Amino acid sequence: MTANLLEVEDLRVRFHLRTGIVEAVRGVSFQLGRERLGIVGESGSGKSQTGRAILGLTPPPGEVSAKRLTFDGIDLLKASRRTLRTLRGGRISMVMQDPKYSLNPVMTIGEQIIEAYQAHRKASRAEARDKTLAMLEAVKMRDPVRVFSLYPHEVSGGMGQRAMIAMMLVTDPDMLIADEPTSALDVTVQIEVLRILDELVTTRGMGLIFISHDLKLVSSFCDRVLVMYAGHVVEEIAASNLRDAQHPYTRGLLNCLPKLQDDVRPLPTLTRDPAWAL
Amino acid sequence: MLDIQNLSVVFGAGRLRVDAVKGVSFQVEPGASFGLVGESGSGKSTVLRAICGLAPISAGRVLVGGEEVRSPRDKAFYRTVQMVFQDPYASLHPRHTVDRTLSEPLAIHGEKNAEARILEALREVGLGPSFRFRYPHQLSGGQRQRIAIARALILRPKVLLLDEPTSALDASVQAEVLNLLDDLRVRLGLTYVLVSHDLAVVAHLCERLLVMRQGEAVEETTAVALRSGAAADAYTRALIQASQGFTRGAVAPA
Amino acid sequence: MAGAPPLSPPAGTRAWLLSPEPASRWQARLGRFYLGWRAFSKNPLAVLGLGIVLLLVLVAIFANLIAPYSPIVGGDLRTERLLPPSAAHLFGTDDLARDIFSRVVYGSRTTLWVVMLVAIIATPIGLLMGTVAGYLGGWVDTVLMRITDIFLAFPRLILALAFVAALGPGIDNAIIAIAITSWPPYARIARAETLMIRNSDFIAAVKLQGASTPRIILGHVVPLCLSSLIVRVTLDMAGIILTAAGLGFLGLGAQPPMPEWGAMVATGRNYLIDQWWVAAMPGAAIFVVSLGFNLLGDGLRDVLDPKAAR
Repeated sequence: MTANLLEVEDLRVRFHLRTGIVEAVRGVSFQLGRERLGIVGESGSGKSQTGRAILGLTPPPGEVSAKRLTFDGIDLLKASRRTLRTLRGGRISMVMQDPKYSLNPVMTIGEQIIEAYQAHRKASRAEARDKTLAMLEAVKMRDPVRVFSLYPHEVSGGMGQRAMIAMMLVTDPDMLIADEPTSALDVTVQIEVLRILDELVTTRGMGLIFISHDLKLVSSFCDRVLVMYAGHVVEEIAASNLRDAQHPYTRGLLNCLPKLQDDVRPLPTLTRDPAWAL
Repeated sequence: MLDIQNLSVVFGAGRLRVDAVKGVSFQVEPGASFGLVGESGSGKSTVLRAICGLAPISAGRVLVGGEEVRSPRDKAFYRTVQMVFQDPYASLHPRHTVDRTLSEPLAIHGEKNAEARILEALREVGLGPSFRFRYPHQLSGGQRQRIAIARALILRPKVLLLDEPTSALDASVQAEVLNLLDDLRVRLGLTYVLVSHDLAVVAHLCERLLVMRQGEAVEETTAVALRSGAAADAYTRALIQASQGFTRGAVAPA
Repeated sequence: MAGAPPLSPPAGTRAWLLSPEPASRWQARLGRFYLGWRAFSKNPLAVLGLGIVLLLVLVAIFANLIAPYSPIVGGDLRTERLLPPSAAHLFGTDDLARDIFSRVVYGSRTTLWVVMLVAIIATPIGLLMGTVAGYLGGWVDTVLMRITDIFLAFPRLILALAFVAALGPGIDNAIIAIAITSWPPYARIARAETLMIRNSDFIAAVKLQGASTPRIILGHVVPLCLSSLIVRVTLDMAGIILTAAGLGFLGLGAQPPMPEWGAMVATGRNYLIDQWWVAAMPGAAIFVVSLGFNLLGDGLRDVLDPKAAR
C-alpha cells in the first residue's frame, strides 16, 4: 500500500450548459494520507464539486477528467460501476451538509445504519445490530437503543448529523469526505459534532477531507488547508502557519471576518484581483 | 424608540401550542443598535416578526416612538419600521426587476418622483443606475441583499429590523454588507434591531444585546462586556466559547 | 432543425437583448422574453405545435379568402353529393354537396372562437378563486374550495351536457357550459402555487411596506401563478376542442348549417364505410389542432415552469 491514500492530479470538472461550458474545477492537484485535509473557499469556488468528483457524484451534465485520480492505487476514473459502488460507502464515505436531506425519512435510524453496514460487509443481522449500537454509542448518543428505533424527524439536527456520521463510519472506511458537515447546526452543537468527528477520525486513522466555507473552523480542525478560488487551489498551507498565509485571497478571507476580541471598523474587505482566477 | 414590554408569542393552541417567545423585554434608544442573539428555536426572529406584525403579540406590549402599535399595523407604522430578511434569494420577487421592487413601496405610499428616489436608493447602497432594470437572477447574493436594504430604506424609516442579514452570504461579502449597514446607520440616523446567531457579527454592529434561549431572555449585556469575555450566565459563556472555533482541548492541544 | 433558432436576431440586437444591464423596463422585459423564446425554439416539437396553432389562427382570419366554396350553400345535390377528394374538391363533398375543405376552413373559426372564449372566461375565474382562497386561507378558502369541489365532482362532459340542456343547444351556450366546467382545475393549481409562495419572504416584504391584500394578490401572487396556469390552459385546449366537438357530435353544440368539426364528424358517421372522407377530414383537423396545442403546452412548460427552469 502506498503512503498516499488519495492522489489527485489536474482534476477538472466541466459542465456543458446551454449557455456554454462552465469549468467548476480547473486543475486541482493534491495528495491525501491518513491526515485531516481542509478545503476552503467561498460559494462557487468549486470546493464541493471537487469532493463530489472524487466520489463520482458529479451531477449529470458534468464531466470529470484528471491526469490522475487514484484511491489506494485504484484508478477512480477507469473503475467499473461495481468497483465504485463497493468503494463508496465501504472504503470511502461522505457526510453531507444537512441530515434532513441525507437520511431516509421513512426508515428508522437504526435500520438505515444496519442497511449501510450490510451493503458492504457480510454480516448477520444480529451482528450488524450490535455494530450499529456500538457506532451510535461512539457518536455519543445518550441512549443508543432508543435512538436506534427513532425516525429522522424525531431527532434534532445535531443528533441527525451524528447519526449520519455513525452511518458513514460504520463500515470503517479509510477515507471520509465531509462537505460542510456542521454548517446547518447551531454553534454550540457544531463544536460537539466536530469533537466526535475528530475523535473518530483520529482513533481510526482515517483520511479526512473537510470541505467548508469557514476558514477559521477548518484551520482549527485540520492539519493542512487548501484554499480554493474560482476552481483552483490558490494556496496550500499547514493549518498552524495560517497566520503567515501568502496569497492575498487567503489573507483577505482571514481578515474580513468580524472578531469578537477586537473592534475593527470598517471591516477590511476583499478586493478581488482578476489575476487570481487565471 | 422601541420599547418591548413582556412580549409573548404563542402559535397554535392545545396540543400544538408553541410558546415561541416568553415574556421578553428590552428597550432601544433612538439611533442605537440592539442585538438579539441565540440559536435556532430561541425565538429571536419571532421577536422581530412580532414587532412588525408578521407574528401575533399574545401578551405584553410593543411601543414604537412611545406609542403602542395597533394590529393590523397602519401605513404610518410601515413608514417608521422596515425589515431586512435573512435570505436575499427568497426576499426579492423573482419576476420583478429591481426597479419594480423599489418602486412598489413608493407606489403604495403615494410618493412622488419615484425615478429620482430609486436612483438615490441604489446609490445609497453602493449600486449604480445600471442595476435598475435587472432581475434578481442577474444579481449576486451580496447585490441582492443590497437591493433588499435599499427597499427597506426607500421610505426613510427610523427603525430597521435586521433578521440575520448576512448569514446567507460569503464571508467577504458579509464584511461589505456589515460596513454598509454601519455606515448607513450613522448617515441616516437609523435605529437597528439585529438578530443573529453569530456573536461576532452582533458585537460588531450593536452596542447592547440580549441573549435568548428557548423563547426566554437569558442575559442582557453589552458588546464591550462580550469582548472582554465577561458574562454572568453559563449559556452566554458557552456561546462565547463556541464562537472561538474548534479547539482540540485536552486530547491534543492545538 | 433543433440547431439555430428560426428567428435569430443580428448580433447587435442579440447583445442588446441579453445585456446584463438593461437600460429600461422594456429592454429588461424583451430580454427575458428573448431568453424564453430561445429556450422554446430549441424544442422542435414545441415549434411545430406553435406553427399549427398559428396556422389555425391564420386560417380562421383569412377563411373567406382561403375557402373556394361557400361553407353553407352546397352544389348540385344530384351530381355533387359525396364526391371523393379531387382537385376541384380537395377534401371531397358531403351529403349536402358542400365542399368539405371549405367547411373545415370555416370550422376553424368556430374552434378558435370556442378556445378563445373558454380561455378568456375560465382562466381568470380559476386564477382569482385559487389565489384568493390560497392567500386568505381560513373560511374563505374553505368556502371557495368546496364550491370548486362541487364542480370537480361532476364529469366535465356530463355537466356541460346538463348546462346545454338547460340553456338550450347552440355554440354560445356550449362555450359557457365548457367554461363553467373547466375552471375548477385552474383554481386548484392557482391555490397550490399560492400556498407555496404566500409564506415566502418577498410576500412578507411587500406586506411590511403596507401593501393592501388586493395589491399583493394581483401584483405579486398572480404573476407567479400565471405561467403554470398558461401551460395548463394550453394543454387543456385539446380537451376543450374535443369537448366542443363532442357536444357538436351530440347535436348540442353548433347547430346546422354552421360548420363545426364535431358536428361534421357526426354527419359523416352515416357514410363512414363508403365515403370515409366526410368524417375523416374534420376528424383529422380536430386531431391536428389538438396535437398542436398539446405540443405547444409541453414546450411552454419547459420555458415557463419555474421549477423546471434554472
